[in-house]
Amino acid sequence: MRISSDDAKHVAKLAELDFSEDEIKKITLQLDKILEHVARISAVDTEGVKNTSHVMDIKNVFRDDTPADTLSQEDALKNAPLEQDDGFRVPRID
Amino acid sequence: MDLNYLTAHDIKDKIKKKEISCREVTESVFSRIEEVDVSINAYIRLEKDSALKSADRIDKKISKGEDTCDFTGIPVGIKDNICTRDITTTCASKILNNYIPIYDAGVIKRLKSQDYILTGKLNMDEFAMGSSNENSFFGPVSNPWDTERVPGGSSGGPAASVAAGEAICSLGSDTGGSIRQPASLCGVVGFKPTYGLVSRYGLVAFASSLDQIGPFARDMEDCAALLNVICGHDSHDSTSLDAEVPDFKSFLKDEIKGMRIGVPSQLMLEGIDPEVRGAVNSALKMAEDMGAKVEEISIPNLEYALNVYYIIAPSEASSNLSRFDGVRYGFRDSDADTLRNMYKKTRARGFGDEVKRRIMIGTYCLSAGYYDAYYEKALKVRTLIIQDFNDAFSKYDVLISPTSPTTAFKKGEKTDDPLSMYMSDICTIPVNLAGLPAVSIPAGLSNDGLPIGLQVMGNVLREDNVIRAAYALEKAIGFKGIPKI
Repeated sequence: MRISSDDAKHVAKLAELDFSEDEIKKITLQLDKILEHVARISAVDTEGVKNTSHVMDIKNVFRDDTPADTLSQEDALKNAPLEQDDGFRVPRID
Repeated sequence: MDLNYLTAHDIKDKIKKKEISCREVTESVFSRIEEVDVSINAYIRLEKDSALKSADRIDKKISKGEDTCDFTGIPVGIKDNICTRDITTTCASKILNNYIPIYDAGVIKRLKSQDYILTGKLNMDEFAMGSSNENSFFGPVSNPWDTERVPGGSSGGPAASVAAGEAICSLGSDTGGSIRQPASLCGVVGFKPTYGLVSRYGLVAFASSLDQIGPFARDMEDCAALLNVICGHDSHDSTSLDAEVPDFKSFLKDEIKGMRIGVPSQLMLEGIDPEVRGAVNSALKMAEDMGAKVEEISIPNLEYALNVYYIIAPSEASSNLSRFDGVRYGFRDSDADTLRNMYKKTRARGFGDEVKRRIMIGTYCLSAGYYDAYYEKALKVRTLIIQDFNDAFSKYDVLISPTSPTTAFKKGEKTDDPLSMYMSDICTIPVNLAGLPAVSIPAGLSNDGLPIGLQVMGNVLREDNVIRAAYALEKAIGFKGIPKI
């Protein structure tokens, strides 16, 4: 096994996902199978090969710092599940 | 023939000659939707009232002799991960079930500037993750050729709607084949442009280095016309190419004499259904008869494309989807007492199984201790795949392969085995890794009466070659299939 259920629980915590014990068991098996498959690339010789994180040779894109239309506060809050005092309201931070 | 099965260019001609009106076309599309969408489920949301109002307004405009464009008054459906101002955009997910964008995506602004008609928002796999459209919060989409079967994914709604006459054209998105594979399974044309040619502004991000919006149509002429509308630079997308956009319709020439066609042996292997291989081979024979030079080639690192993709795409997705936390938009689990619990419960209840699976894979591949072996290694193999394609395109103008290893499979057939589902994209994924343009066109029907798709791939920004080859093959193949539904 490449991944244990404890590993899966740790990853779930990093990803802010909540799983039941049964779900963890199932997803551990599935992840193991998928990781086993993708790990085939470890056999490829990549000595001296550069990374491609993007197909285009992307550089920073700049523009003049001139004021333009922006979102109104009302628009920005339009989809808020809960709002208060012109802001997004959330439960207490633990 | 029913108006809803006309192409956009036919509609334009007939409207010009005053044989038909926009209202008649639009009504015909909606009556077809009312007739068949109960069983197809291509639409998540319909915009009938506003569509008919637009149609009347456009008819008036035309009667006054005002100029029209290729998509003026044409009913087009939009995949539900493309933002439409004041109209829900759900990504077929519970977590965005009630999300109403406050802006239009770049492609929507472009379509609006031509006065198109929005039919509605189309069904898809949740967050564009899937190959069968069975991962939708709004239920699966059926294949119009056989409703027991899947339409492919993730753009199942855009493909099925065009095949079933529920839209004249549609827009989808393609991260690993999500336009081309469903186009293949539904017997329509689906085009993924060069990365950066179409603005991703307002496309809900799945894997940002791979995602690209593209058209579905019933023929190459409509496909090229729709490319003309949606391609072009957008300052709202920093990865948008600042390149000159050609007139794609000018490449619709039935002339491929001397064209060099490569057939990657890695995409014609034993996993490919013999009937699919047969249809592709007979199309290649037609290309030879028209004077093209066809040769088999080996692209060694294609063997690893699927592996690389299922590291890179979930990694990028796990980062992109971290924004869905119940704070600013969408669904929130309101029972949670603390912020962390609210995040976790919102995401656990808001995302479906496949999305969670991919977030888990991606988070794992990016996590400390595994980053080098998975993510970074995948970025290096991606470079090797790109180099292989560069070599291939130094010798060939286009590459041709099957689009999907099989015709449409039965619903439920692969839902319990994620890996076998991932294999459905084996022929389409390499193109996304290298940012290339590619199209799927219908190559015929199987003995079971299911569509077979053929893929034409070109080098970066060589849409001209892709369109020329696909157009010539379309004419030679003469696919006229309309599903019996």
